Amino acid sequence: MAETGFSCPQTREQVINMYFLEHRAKLLDVAAFLDRLDRASPTASNVDFREAALNEAVRILVDGQPQRAKRILDLLSDSTTEIPQSAHGMKGASGAVRGNSGGAS
Amino acid sequence: MKYIDPHVHMVSRTTDDYQRMALAGCIAITEPAFWAGFDRSSAQGFFDYYRQLTEYEPRRAALFGIQHFTWLCINPKEADDPGFAREVIALILDFLKCDNVLGIGEIGLNKNTKNEKIILEEQIALAEKYNQLVLVHTPHLEDKRKGTRLIMDALSASKIDPGRILIDHVEEHTVAEVLDRGFWAGMTLYPDTKMTPQRATDVIEMYGSERIWMNSAGDWGCSDPLAVPKARIEMSRRGHHMSLIDKVTLDNPRTFLSQSEKFVLKAE
Repeated sequence: MAETGFSCPQTREQVINMYFLEHRAKLLDVAAFLDRLDRASPTASNVDFREAALNEAVRILVDGQPQRAKRILDLLSDSTTEIPQSAHGMKGASGAVRGNSGGAS
Repeated sequence: MKYIDPHVHMVSRTTDDYQRMALAGCIAITEPAFWAGFDRSSAQGFFDYYRQLTEYEPRRAALFGIQHFTWLCINPKEADDPGFAREVIALILDFLKCDNVLGIGEIGLNKNTKNEKIILEEQIALAEKYNQLVLVHTPHLEDKRKGTRLIMDALSASKIDPGRILIDHVEEHTVAEVLDRGFWAGMTLYPDTKMTPQRATDVIEMYGSERIWMNSAGDWGCSDPLAVPKARIEMSRRGHHMSLIDKVTLDNPRTFLSQSEKFVLKAE
């Protein structure tokens, strides 16, 4: 589905005036989280798949291309087609996929 | 201002929340059957839950002038044991006759398993046989896109008009496919793990206001039963016209839900 002709009724300046402080704070939360990870003792030699997914998502944030939210959600989505018989023994959702390397839609 | 919250789990909320929602302009809610935060130990637990949804909650809502409607099913999280699920489904038939039952929901998938899918298909067949509206739960987090597609394929294999099915919890990566295939789409507004009012407003700006609604899905988790009026404020402060705000928070829910003859608003 293509995007419709709707758009945000505000100017870029109005959007920045309304949302900058809120998103400045959210960005600092992410930065502080990454700093916290750096300070934490490593528990395994490999980077956790969730941390790797987050690092990849951050690259989408700054690539200057549209639909960042959709592309990050695609990146964090299960792209497999197998259907297990039962949920017995399965862990809860983690928000990222182990070994996912693209998440193409 | 008036609005409808078409997906909120009031059994998990306090009476204060009904009062606050009424003060914010809520005139009606619909409450899908869902997972209680723990697995029930017997089908009888569901029987009591359905009585709560059809007898007790409508009375509690009416204290504040809110009309209460509901949807019945076995939720996908407790549907992984087909034998147990069928015992529960057998209880639903009698409750479908209740005045406030609009259809089957929230059915769907949780971990995208074959067992869940079997029960999903059986509940779709139930809705088809008894001409019920359908409200669909989609998985959260990394399972959502795959689960949404599996669910839509199962629905499309039935004869139910997609215009009588609402697929809930859509996000930026699923909303377009849901609308393209003719279904209605619901956006769940959650403080942390799902859509925010800001993102939901973005989706309306990007994909339009046809066949789409917003709901709080307020439940026993960190959730906000006032999420819909907060989204109205978000749309208003961006400069959206009141007719658009009313469309996605009042008119669209009313249009979809009015496909059930039981959905008649007294406040109008």
